[in-house]
Amino acid sequence: MDGFVKINSLSRRFDLSEPWLARVLMGHERKYLDAVDNVSFEIERGTTYALVGESGSGKSTIAKIAVGLMLPSSGSVLFDGFNLNDLGQSRKQHNQVRKRLQMVFQSPFASLDPCWRVGGILREPIRAFGLINDRREEARRVDELLEQVGLSSSDAARFPHEFSGGQRQRISIARALASGPDFIVCDEPTSALDVSVQAQVLNLLKQLQRDLGLTYLFITHDLAVVRNMAHRIGVLQSGKMVEEQEAEDLFRSPQSDYTKMLLDSAPRLSHSQTG
Amino acid sequence: MMDPLLSVRDLHVTFTTRHGDLEALDGISFDVARGEILGFVGESGAGKSMMGAAVIGLIDPPGRISGGEIKLAGERIDTNPESVRGKRIGMIFQDPLTSLDPLQTIGDQLVETILAHRKMDAGQAHQRAISGLEEVGIDPTRLNAYPHEFSGGMRQRVVIALALAAEPELIIADEPTTALDVSVQAQVLDLLRRICKERDAGVILITHDMGVIAETTDRVAVLYSGKLAEIGNTTDVLSNPQHPYTKGLIASTPSIENGSVDATLFQIPGAMPRLDALPGGCAFHPRCNDMSPRCAVEKPAFTSGRVACWRFTEEPPA
Repeated sequence: MDGFVKINSLSRRFDLSEPWLARVLMGHERKYLDAVDNVSFEIERGTTYALVGESGSGKSTIAKIAVGLMLPSSGSVLFDGFNLNDLGQSRKQHNQVRKRLQMVFQSPFASLDPCWRVGGILREPIRAFGLINDRREEARRVDELLEQVGLSSSDAARFPHEFSGGQRQRISIARALASGPDFIVCDEPTSALDVSVQAQVLNLLKQLQRDLGLTYLFITHDLAVVRNMAHRIGVLQSGKMVEEQEAEDLFRSPQSDYTKMLLDSAPRLSHSQTG
Repeated sequence: MMDPLLSVRDLHVTFTTRHGDLEALDGISFDVARGEILGFVGESGAGKSMMGAAVIGLIDPPGRISGGEIKLAGERIDTNPESVRGKRIGMIFQDPLTSLDPLQTIGDQLVETILAHRKMDAGQAHQRAISGLEEVGIDPTRLNAYPHEFSGGMRQRVVIALALAAEPELIIADEPTTALDVSVQAQVLDLLRRICKERDAGVILITHDMGVIAETTDRVAVLYSGKLAEIGNTTDVLSNPQHPYTKGLIASTPSIENGSVDATLFQIPGAMPRLDALPGGCAFHPRCNDMSPRCAVEKPAFTSGRVACWRFTEEPPA
């Protein structure tokens, strides 16, 4: 197994205690929430790993830790051999690794700056990592990114509010691609979209994976989407991994009761398939 | 044949803007029978929620009902919606966190609703609130709890109890489970179905999820750009969709039963047009994979009571 991204016994604990004075005076105990509790898994290069679970299962916390937006309480994330927890030593090495991992967020309405033109949004990662120093070359790269996600180069001059939800999610994907990453974490990338547009975005993600050899960590609550996207699946329940299997095996023979319950309660269009 | 519970005929909703009038709903007609769940499905901006708001009379200016009529059990209600709102028609909103008052206990909110709509004294209303909570599966000892003390699914049950408080004949549920997890969604939909059958009430269920439609509704209406594209028995529509938009919606819904990582999902190209930039003729024709020259020129009307599409206007040769 390649083990391109390795998550090793990852835990993240949040302190929900009352303030110090209240604890002293009222005798309240300290309270903790284990949002992620000893989770381990590996993602092979060029594949999609889906984390599935209901609200509060810790899937978004893992996503944030996996791109380095949050530090784990214990455990580590190894990305192509680099430990994301101690990249701080040299800025150069830090940037070298950071530009290879990117994130696509859930809401395309909240994750794009409304005051920036699309061109500026796409140029920011290029400049932040100092990838291209020539302005004309940079503009060409922005055009290329827009075309890669199915938009046209004239869209660079427009603002996010001029686009529909699906188009905005394409802009988010283009921004994630701008630094030339090989690992993208997608946190519920299509939950805010209509089905017909969801299909467009999912197809785009699949095609980019084929063309660029991307590795995805796909966070979602929708098992039907997972079935169409993931090679391997981990099921989370209150911060713990309850089941982890190859996608086909999981749908054919789910092991844990929780996974079975999730599969049973997902609404299906059985009328159209049996009728 | 009995009169339908709700009868909507040629309903138009118009928004007046600086750039002219926009037709948010354009000639919608449908019936809801007692004990029946009618689903409305479509993408964002198709007019699903507008539909619910029009029936219960909650369209704010600059929008207005500009034509057609809405009848509840034979009486016109579009001219005087306040007389039925909350009393004979209950509404369940999408987000239970914003449709409950965070500063009042759920008991107070239930009692207030009951007293507003029914002739009862406070004691009777209290009793009614308790039985209302029991009906939706909440322990009545939690009458004095505040909304934040409940989980999302429980909160949605409280909202359903509120909508049912005045024992309405018609319930409009606008995306009641969109904010909920699948396991909770299944419970809430079961509850809705049970109440519909037990009380013989009519239900309008608005959703964007074809799976929810398939599992819950008796009949389904597909909306596109403020117009009905197709309406019919849920089983018929899902197993044999006629309108190309319905076909596309069903095909692009990812399947939990036979999806594959390597296959490409079916997608409808493009996006729903904005109301101020509606194409001429059939609003769907620029995205349709089965259009004829006529589609770009003339608006298709409903034929055979099922579908609005030029493909189905000519009767098939006998």
